[in-house]
Amino acid sequence: MLVLAIDTATPAITAGVVELTADAALTRAVRVTEDARQHAELLMPGVLAACEEAGVKLAELGAVVTGVGPGPFTGLRVGMVTAAALGDALGVPVHGVGTLDAIAADTAGGEPLVVVTDARRREVYWAAYDAAGTRVDGPHVEAPARLVEKLPGLGVSVAAGPSATATGLPVRSTAGPSPAGLVAVAAAALRAGTAPAPLEPLYLRRPDAVPPGRAKTVSAL
Amino acid sequence: MIVLGIETSCDETGVGIVRAEGGETTLLANEVASSVDEHARFGGVVPEVASRAHLQAMVPAVHRALATAGVTGRDVDAVAVTSGPGLTGALLVGVAAAKAYASAWDVPLYGVNHLSAHVAVDVLQHGPLPPCLALLVSGGHSSLLDVPDLAGPVTPLGATIDDAAGEAFDKVARLLGLPFPGGPHIDRVARDGDPAAVAFPRGLTGPRDAAFDFSFSGLKTAVARHVEALGRAGTPVPVADVAASFQEAVVDVLTAKAVRAARERGMETLLLGGGVAANSRLRALAQERCDAAGIVLRVPRPGLCTDNGAMVAALGAHLAVAGTPASPLDLPADSQMPVTEVLVTAR
Ligand SMILES: [Zn+2]
Repeated sequence: MLVLAIDTATPAITAGVVELTADAALTRAVRVTEDARQHAELLMPGVLAACEEAGVKLAELGAVVTGVGPGPFTGLRVGMVTAAALGDALGVPVHGVGTLDAIAADTAGGEPLVVVTDARRREVYWAAYDAAGTRVDGPHVEAPARLVEKLPGLGVSVAAGPSATATGLPVRSTAGPSPAGLVAVAAAALRAGTAPAPLEPLYLRRPDAVPPGRAKTVSAL
Repeated sequence: MIVLGIETSCDETGVGIVRAEGGETTLLANEVASSVDEHARFGGVVPEVASRAHLQAMVPAVHRALATAGVTGRDVDAVAVTSGPGLTGALLVGVAAAKAYASAWDVPLYGVNHLSAHVAVDVLQHGPLPPCLALLVSGGHSSLLDVPDLAGPVTPLGATIDDAAGEAFDKVARLLGLPFPGGPHIDRVARDGDPAAVAFPRGLTGPRDAAFDFSFSGLKTAVARHVEALGRAGTPVPVADVAASFQEAVVDVLTAKAVRAARERGMETLLLGGGVAANSRLRALAQERCDAAGIVLRVPRPGLCTDNGAMVAALGAHLAVAGTPASPLDLPADSQMPVTEVLVTAR
């Protein structure tokens, strides 16, 4: 099965085509652009470029996998709505996978791991994984100092992800999720033909908005 | 030719489908999912709340529109989308979705200007549009535009220098204890009020003021002072009279400037658009003044005046039929898209 993988939850705008067979996953093409402010401009051209390099037409795709964050909201939504619309138009399932889980899948090295990405506003998104790659804590959004305090209790020995250096642990990789990592998280469901759950973004924060009182004075306007 | 239009510049997720054939453009579907209820308690549109709602509503709205139109994705010949102006995060959801649909269906994509789309929508109700003067008034914009041709450049004659007209309605509604969005509530309450009860100021109508710009901030402050003074005196606020007087001040200035602009530019047609064009007093006074000036007034029905996808599809269809080259696939969401730019073209 040919799977299109998309992620826009980190500064990397990632698109790739992965061929998933019964016992293997072969990356056919990858397009990664680093530009946190141009997700909408660059993602779809990246998708088409990856498909062209792989010699695959959109209509030949069997499924779409998209990172659902956590990540900065505006960029995150670009990837998710692109995946949802492509899946809808092509009539193929769209599987949402945790972006941090995909980075963990990329890093899998048999060691307990913490994955850390930039949440802006001086905070990070993080999740912890055991040596088998299973998520054991998170995802959370917190100040890096709070995460560092928790590290001993998490029992992790290495870090990965674009903000991994904030932990002070040995860093395995600072890359965003790869198409292979994204597809790996959904591989079991894709192979089994399990219908995906509805796409739900992992925002982890509420919108900034405060209900106003009734304006009674000139200054309240 | 069948064109699907996507609009997400503010708090409405709009998907419209039109058919352009033999010089006529027909509305097939106009699905709007609004997040207005989620904004009500904040007294105004919260961009992040709107953007979250767009992501949830986008694909279902496309489904409903296709079903209503009785067509499938394979029947769609072009996709149009609002590229700007509007809220960046909100625009991005529609722009990304439009790119995906256009790519998957392998059809051209038109990234269009939201204001031009407000003008274009009228062809769906009243047929081909002659050169016109357009007054667009909503919670996000208040503009006077010279529109010689839908597919060509638009000349902006004036705009608000502070609050949009719809914003003034929202803020005054809050002062009067009326719910958000304020426009429909003020319209309703004002019907029982005296528009001459309070002589509120008409902004930017002095001889030295910009002839076609608007200002509603001073008016809003005047209403607040009036309400405050009544409060200090322990007098109950005559809500209907204040609402009617405020509304009269707004529509008096809007219609006077629009008719004057139409005359100065030699335009025989005035078009009203935007959410505030649903205001009954604005429609009535515009009709009265256009009749007196010998100008034809065109106002789309309220469902086409508020933000929707059909207006985007209508403009996209007009551009496609005119043979205009499509937008590039890296087209941006441009929150500040100038009104002189009808379509995003290759850079
Ligand atoms: Zn509008």
